[in-house]
Amino acid sequence: MTLLTVENLTVAFPGRHGTVNAIEDVSLSISPGEILGMVGESGAGKSMTGAAIIGLIEPPGRIAAGEIRLEGQRIDTLRPDEMRRIRGRRIGAIFQDPLTSLNPVLTVGEQLIETIQTHLKLPKDEARARAIDWLRRVGIPAPEARIDTYPHQYSGGMRQRVVIALALCAEPCLVIADEPTTALDVSVQAQIIALLRKLARETGVAVILVTHDMGVIAETADRVAVMYAGRIVEVGSVTEVLTAPRHPYTRGLMASIPRIGARPDVLPQIEGAMPRPHARPAGCAFAPRCPARIDICSQTRPDLTGHATRSVACHLSKEVPA
Amino acid sequence: MTDTTQPNTTPSALARLWNSDLAWNFRRSWTARISSLLILILFAAALFAPLLATQNPYDISQLFLLDSELPPAWIEGGDPRYLLGTDEQARDLYSSILYGLRLSLIVGFASVALAAVVGISLGLIGGFLGGMVDGAIMRVADILLSFPAILVALLVNGIARGVLPPERHADAAIWVLILAIGLTNWVQYARTVRGSTMVERQKEYVQAARINGVSGMGIMMHHILPNVLGPVLVIATINLGMAVLTEASLSFLGVGMPATQPSLGTLIRIGNEYLFSGIWWVVIFPSVVLVALVLAVNLLGDWLRDALNPKLR
Amino acid sequence: MLGFLIRRIIQSVFVMLAVALIAFMMFRFMGDPVNSMVAETATTEERDAVRERLGLDQPLYVQYGRFVARAATGDFGLSWRNARPVSTLLAERFPATAELVLVAAGLSLVLGIPLGILTALRPHSVSTQALQLMSLVGISLPTFVTGILLILIFSVWLGWLPSFGRGTVVDVGWWSTGFLTLSGLKALILPSVMLCLFQLTLIMRLVRSEMMEVLRTDYIKFAKARGLTNRSIHFHHALKNTLIPVITIFGLQLGGLIAFAIITETVFQWPGMGALFIQAVSFGDVPVMAAYLVLVSLIFVIINTTVDLLYAVLDPRLRVEGARAAH
Repeated sequence: MTLLTVENLTVAFPGRHGTVNAIEDVSLSISPGEILGMVGESGAGKSMTGAAIIGLIEPPGRIAAGEIRLEGQRIDTLRPDEMRRIRGRRIGAIFQDPLTSLNPVLTVGEQLIETIQTHLKLPKDEARARAIDWLRRVGIPAPEARIDTYPHQYSGGMRQRVVIALALCAEPCLVIADEPTTALDVSVQAQIIALLRKLARETGVAVILVTHDMGVIAETADRVAVMYAGRIVEVGSVTEVLTAPRHPYTRGLMASIPRIGARPDVLPQIEGAMPRPHARPAGCAFAPRCPARIDICSQTRPDLTGHATRSVACHLSKEVPA
Repeated sequence: MTDTTQPNTTPSALARLWNSDLAWNFRRSWTARISSLLILILFAAALFAPLLATQNPYDISQLFLLDSELPPAWIEGGDPRYLLGTDEQARDLYSSILYGLRLSLIVGFASVALAAVVGISLGLIGGFLGGMVDGAIMRVADILLSFPAILVALLVNGIARGVLPPERHADAAIWVLILAIGLTNWVQYARTVRGSTMVERQKEYVQAARINGVSGMGIMMHHILPNVLGPVLVIATINLGMAVLTEASLSFLGVGMPATQPSLGTLIRIGNEYLFSGIWWVVIFPSVVLVALVLAVNLLGDWLRDALNPKLR
Repeated sequence: MLGFLIRRIIQSVFVMLAVALIAFMMFRFMGDPVNSMVAETATTEERDAVRERLGLDQPLYVQYGRFVARAATGDFGLSWRNARPVSTLLAERFPATAELVLVAAGLSLVLGIPLGILTALRPHSVSTQALQLMSLVGISLPTFVTGILLILIFSVWLGWLPSFGRGTVVDVGWWSTGFLTLSGLKALILPSVMLCLFQLTLIMRLVRSEMMEVLRTDYIKFAKARGLTNRSIHFHHALKNTLIPVITIFGLQLGGLIAFAIITETVFQWPGMGALFIQAVSFGDVPVMAAYLVLVSLIFVIINTTVDLLYAVLDPRLRVEGARAAH
């Protein structure tokens, strides 16, 4: 039984030169308590997918095709006030920059308590007790004192912990974490990732972890979806995808990660660059850069084929072992 | 195949201007086109005032007191010779407005020019010399900015009046006005130019010039002036609107252009005194022209600012 | 915080001294006070005696010092126009200007902030476009034209409201107020509307642009992602951030109101300090001009310092000296 299913999702942005599809035909699913990584370069569509799921696509962008179902119920067609009730309560979000994610003129406590009271309808003192508890759970020392302090009085890592608390305090079943560690120091990144993993296991919340960092995926996620040029090109368990990638793009990504001990003269990289949304070629979008391309690749776009736990969108990988 | 293309000529400056981003933006924006048209009409009217006016309202010999306080021509009691009516001294309102518009524009332009010259110079000096000179200039600028422009203009005006003997007040009025308004508006120019100057001063070619014994100033101006031309133009346009408004306000208050050489503001003041006797045209028509002028200048200034703003391109 | 306050006060003192210097120079070098105080036929001895009595034979800095000392107690001598003490003249007229400015300031806030919020929340609606257009016209209209139009419509044609004077005023101690009588209130309406219009359009545009910028921030996005109500997002999360710069700019613009009151008082023959100042400028009455200058500068300086303090109070980021960072 899946928690969330996304089927053939397309998000379109009408522009001056015609409509551009930021993401096309994206399908994925996530089970309760699972951590699904979404990896790809900037502009591949990972954040856009997350934004579509939580219903925060900025107009004039809109969902042009596809369905999103949460626990069997369609959520992409809900009215704004209905979607508002889902946000925070059933689907939470964590954004990249902890510095700008918190309102500077309200105390951390005010922001937490308001979120709790909006969704859980608790009296003020109980909400406050819960807020303090959450601060403790995310590792803020002396939470009773710090609950009435302002965001600028926290360091970057601490702020991101507060952000995690805010995302989880209304007890959602799914959290979309959009590059939660990108803006943090490397030493703090590991702590935050560990915290996220621990809390996910404790609360049973499912996480869609959006990142461009394969290392984070390797440490944290159960399954991973690789995105390229607005589409998913490979999905599978982390172990499988990282050790035996089937899509040439994923292979290229894994090959370009420097290994400790190896000393290449030249760091391997994938030639060329990912096409912009309005300049995607016909056929497979990766074909122009693909070392293994054949004729059909530039003519017909490969669909994501396989089964629920392992699929690839590549003409060269049709047969997938079960 | 023979090559039939034209010889490679660089387009003339005019052609470059026509094809530039600015011109394209201009052609697309109806506010820019309408406001420029309006401004052109008003400028032309002011420029050719002596030709367009039906009389010289300052020449007493041309006035017939019996024709005073006539309503506009299309109203009963009006006279087609006086298109917009006459005031209490039988001056033709249409002609008075033309001459008044001319005065308002002269004061406006002159004060903007004065403010620009003062501001750009102080900005260059402060930016180039730095240190205490710069600090002093900026301090004065800050204090000046915290006072409303009209107050400073009034003050300068009052001091000038105190210094000049009373019989010279009327003649000197226009110069006093230009001085007063010009001295209040220089700060923005100074700040912009100072910023640019300080940036350029750090650059290597200035240091090289100084090593060579050449003053960096001349070369700097060659580099600074093109950079600041855009912002200065925007400031000047918006300032023009403000200068015209300030002059009109000062004249309205009675300390600007005198009744013997009325600007639009003076005309409005005169008309205001007769408002209750039902002579509304002496107030309304100059006001309409004044508002049209300021509105057009403001619209153009707004458009220019957005068009030249690198962040919005 | 205390250090900041002390620095500002010292700065203000310097500004006031500079202003006092200008005022002093005006006194000293404009016109000859001796001539206006003695008869035409006075002998040189009599003139010298007067000069000595007025202290005009002392070195300049001594005269300046005395001037500052007297100014600090509010003594600016006698008006050259009607020989009454300047301080008395100003005190008589201060309440009229103060009430006018206060009402206009209040109106501009009470109307400007909601209208600004409205245009920010509904950027493409018809009412917003109409308000935007009106605000552009509002900035271009000379204030005195607006005043005259108001008089024309409401006084001359409709006859509803008076066009000059303060109506009946009531003396409460030293202050004379127009708030307590119906005619006083009616007389306040047109002038304060005229005075507030410029400020109103300014505040409206400011609130609109600030709020639109705030609504684009990440923390508002995060608040939406947490499913908070629109009402809370707009009026709790966004508004507080919007109003902080607005209030400070409003404070700085109060000075503009006092200056524009000059025009308003002239149009409506309102017996305030501004009208007095214009008469002084017209006549060349230096004591009144100097006193008005010093008084208005004092008000500006007080307002500016208060605004800076207020900013520090309102924005929590400025309250705590340095963030206490902990890992």
